[in-house]
Amino acid sequence: MTALISVLKPGLSTTLQDLGRYGHQRFGVLVNGAMDTWSHRIANRLVGNDESAATLEITLVGPNLEFDADALIALTGGELDARIDGRAIGGWRPLLVRAGARLELGRVTLGARAYLAVAGGFAVTPLMGSRSTYLRGGFGGFQGRALVAGDRLAAGPDADLRRYADLWTRFEAGDGAFVQPPWSVARKLAWPFDATVPIRAVPGPQWQRLDAESRRRFAYDEFRVGTDSDRMGYRLDGPRLRLSTPLEMLSDATDVGLVQLPPDGRAIVLMADRQTTGGYPRIAVVSTVDLPRLAQLLPGQRLRFAPITLAESQALLLAREAELRAIARAIEAKR
Amino acid sequence: MPPPRLYPLGDRALVVEFGQGIDAAVNARVHALAALLDAEPLPGVVDLIPAYATLTLVYAPSAFADAGRAPYDTLCGHLRARLARLEAWTPPPAHTVEIPVCYGGEYGPDLDEVARHAGLAAEEVVARHAAPRYRVYLLGFAPGYPYLGGLDPRLAAPRRATPRRRCPAGSVAIGGEQTGVYPLETPGGWNLIGRTPRRLFLPGAEPPCLLAAGDEVRFVPITPAQYAAWSAA
Repeated sequence: MTALISVLKPGLSTTLQDLGRYGHQRFGVLVNGAMDTWSHRIANRLVGNDESAATLEITLVGPNLEFDADALIALTGGELDARIDGRAIGGWRPLLVRAGARLELGRVTLGARAYLAVAGGFAVTPLMGSRSTYLRGGFGGFQGRALVAGDRLAAGPDADLRRYADLWTRFEAGDGAFVQPPWSVARKLAWPFDATVPIRAVPGPQWQRLDAESRRRFAYDEFRVGTDSDRMGYRLDGPRLRLSTPLEMLSDATDVGLVQLPPDGRAIVLMADRQTTGGYPRIAVVSTVDLPRLAQLLPGQRLRFAPITLAESQALLLAREAELRAIARAIEAKR
Repeated sequence: MPPPRLYPLGDRALVVEFGQGIDAAVNARVHALAALLDAEPLPGVVDLIPAYATLTLVYAPSAFADAGRAPYDTLCGHLRARLARLEAWTPPPAHTVEIPVCYGGEYGPDLDEVARHAGLAAEEVVARHAAPRYRVYLLGFAPGYPYLGGLDPRLAAPRRATPRRRCPAGSVAIGGEQTGVYPLETPGGWNLIGRTPRRLFLPGAEPPCLLAAGDEVRFVPITPAQYAAWSAA
């Protein structure tokens, strides 16, 4: 039987997200999707899903959920207090949860977002090829909005609860609310996001239009994530950046991680819910490998940037992809 | 025409730049390349974003991994082979989309203001707005929102001093030297001169939008009775 999950308390902003709504940006349709795709992908791997299955993105304060059927789940991303029927559970590992159990997720204490995957994926009808929620547009995901109390989510039919044979044997033999394995994805791999390491970024098309002082400040000075930051973009407090001469730009394509510079000199990093086009100078683009780390920063937190070359950034990305494949193989070996 | 310039936008997007500014011939080449890449896709390219003078390709670098070369360089190689065929390639003809518009009254509360500013009668503003074939240079800002070229310069009107909190979906508006249609209800500072009963964006449909970049648009005046009949249909 596929799992049904009832929402008892919704959390601050809990939405269904996947790897994004690609292929429709030419229509002005936004991409959306998980902010921290690394955690999202590993959560799916742990329960045997395709990486593109939807997970619940949990922001700052988690929901309370009740399982109406047995389920295989995994919780990744930022650290938060997580209990099933009052007993603490571990993250970055698979868990078998019994029908009737209550999962209580508290405040995120490290990072900003956590991800909950369920075997079979969350069953909502994809819209334009994606199950991601676009909150401002009011479509996609679960009824185009964040969860509210009383919602009921179904898991897809392809859930394999017996995926981990030992875990399944223990689950069948006992009657506790959940079973979890003693192993988890190693913390070093699960959280390769050392806060002291700068966020790497590739210079953008208008990088050379910054004055020399601004280029130096971008590379060396400290910024803070502005309080007016959200899934659409992060405003950066700290040094104001300037162009050597003002530049009138036409609307042009954007991408996730794009660092735009409006006339007030306060740079904006575009995130998952960015518009597809924008008209500000494009001074840099955050390396794809560092987007998950950026996604886990809270308003007020400090960050630095390190400009790197395109070739370096792509080499880092290929290495990170190889790392993910190694993690996926290690998870498979636990079956 | 000079060959386009290629440059990266971060580690997973590549920009093909055909020129500068707002230029119908340059924009036509943007859409021609998009059509060529639709007809002969490059595996690993996950999205195409046309703008006024650029086509941006979003790609998965892992799909272009090649020992000793950056994925960007590999993609540039594949793309140059496509670009070599662009001049000889005939893109499919542009679609012309007719958008029925009920001008003035409750549908276009700012029509009289635009007329006053232009020193024209309201009927003349409608006639001049409905006369051209507009070009959809790109869709952006919001799903289905067209950036149109071709507004009669006489109709240019400054944005409202105080933006409206709500512009109904389908509102046809003039802001500065631009005209457009709001696909969804949104706040906005443009002058509302009419409204269309046609939906510009339907999230579940394929394609999701009435208009595509490169299309031609004509506005066709309709009466309030026709508007009501269209909305009821």
